[in-house]
Amino acid sequence: MARYDRAITVFSPDGHLFQVEYALEAVRKGNAAVGVRGTDTIVLGVEKKSTAKLQDSRSVRKIVNLDDHIALACAGLKADARVLVNRARIECQSHRLTVEDPVTVEYITRYIAGLQQKYTQSGGVRPFGLSTLIIGFDPYSGAPSLYQTDPSGTFSAWKANATGRNSNSIREFLEKNYKETSGQETVKLAIRALLEVVESGGKNIEVAVMTKEQGLRQLEEAEIDAIVAEIDAEKAAAEAAKKAPSKET
Amino acid sequence: MECVFGLVGEGFAVVAADTSAVHSILVHKSNEDKIMVLDSHKLIAASGEPGDRVQFTEYIQKNVALYQFRNGIPLTTAAAANFTRGELATALRKNPYSVNILLAGYDKETGPALYYIDYIATLHKVDKGAFGYGSYFSLSTMDRHYHSRMSVEEAIDLVDKCIVEIRSRLVVAPPNFVIKIVDKDGAREYAWRETVKDSIASSA
Repeated sequence: MARYDRAITVFSPDGHLFQVEYALEAVRKGNAAVGVRGTDTIVLGVEKKSTAKLQDSRSVRKIVNLDDHIALACAGLKADARVLVNRARIECQSHRLTVEDPVTVEYITRYIAGLQQKYTQSGGVRPFGLSTLIIGFDPYSGAPSLYQTDPSGTFSAWKANATGRNSNSIREFLEKNYKETSGQETVKLAIRALLEVVESGGKNIEVAVMTKEQGLRQLEEAEIDAIVAEIDAEKAAAEAAKKAPSKET
Repeated sequence: MECVFGLVGEGFAVVAADTSAVHSILVHKSNEDKIMVLDSHKLIAASGEPGDRVQFTEYIQKNVALYQFRNGIPLTTAAAANFTRGELATALRKNPYSVNILLAGYDKETGPALYYIDYIATLHKVDKGAFGYGSYFSLSTMDRHYHSRMSVEEAIDLVDKCIVEIRSRLVVAPPNFVIKIVDKDGAREYAWRETVKDSIASSA
């Protein structure tokens, strides 16, 4: 038993925690995930690698709810995600039991980030290999929030963010194209961002939309296909508009 | 002197509980809701030690919610009842909860159900059940008038008969009752039967 109490995550001479950085590498290899915060709607989108023919795709849900008003998507080691999500769900109920109030998005984010940090400073354990995107509405103010955590245990709030594969490209796209949106516009922005790096089509992305009244709603493949078609049409129209004026001049 | 009773009808289950919060000879309040909505289609009517009652039922409620988040589907009424009984049984030989419970629920597949769970972890699936001194009167009244597949009107009429019996025959009868019902549309409050209104301001 004594052999399992030595820390695995230790400082390198130049101040790096290599295990944490390697965990971030694992995240970079994971599926792309994007989150966009609108004024009344928050959207999570996750890349869905093509499912094997014999696999039941309904059993592989990548966007999960932690409570009635909080949802989570992640990139990285999915098995680690299962453990973290389970702990977060317990904490959501435990908080309701002890203080008779639902958690705020910041509280549960801080809890998850705290858990991830603990595993970078304990003996015999490795860090969680995932970054999470947490969305929800504040139970009192009704304000929408989007937070991100990573294997080091840091967290911060975002208007829009991406993690996982090609997250830099997605984030660049979001920085260029983000504006305050609501309702369906927010959904479209999230899907447009995800389509930057993912093959077009409803069967390659999983999208969930959270509103204050209805909570989390997973979009059907047909719905996603319809929105993708809309986006493609808008893109084609924009292309045509660009070409037309130059013809006139 | 707490009175809790309930019965199963055609496609629904109804439970009634008195609403007095009593400490020795003092009545703290007469509008204490002792029937907790466990989830969308379950009700827990509980009587007993007030601290234990709230603590235990809230604990069950949060664990039922956790199950739902973890598994994506709600617990059946039978599963919730067995879980509740299991928790009482585990605590029984260490620090027992002094809570008696009538758990009413509606499942799409199996319809309405009522479970009698007492403080020493007895579990019975029943058509009608009651706890407390009031049970002497409500159980007898229900035995006389109950038949299977009663309509909502008939069932509420029977509940009212029981309340009348309790009010007239129990020495320190509680003045107010709350009635809640659960059916395919969910668990909800049905009515209050009040003889004493708690707020004095209304008469001033």
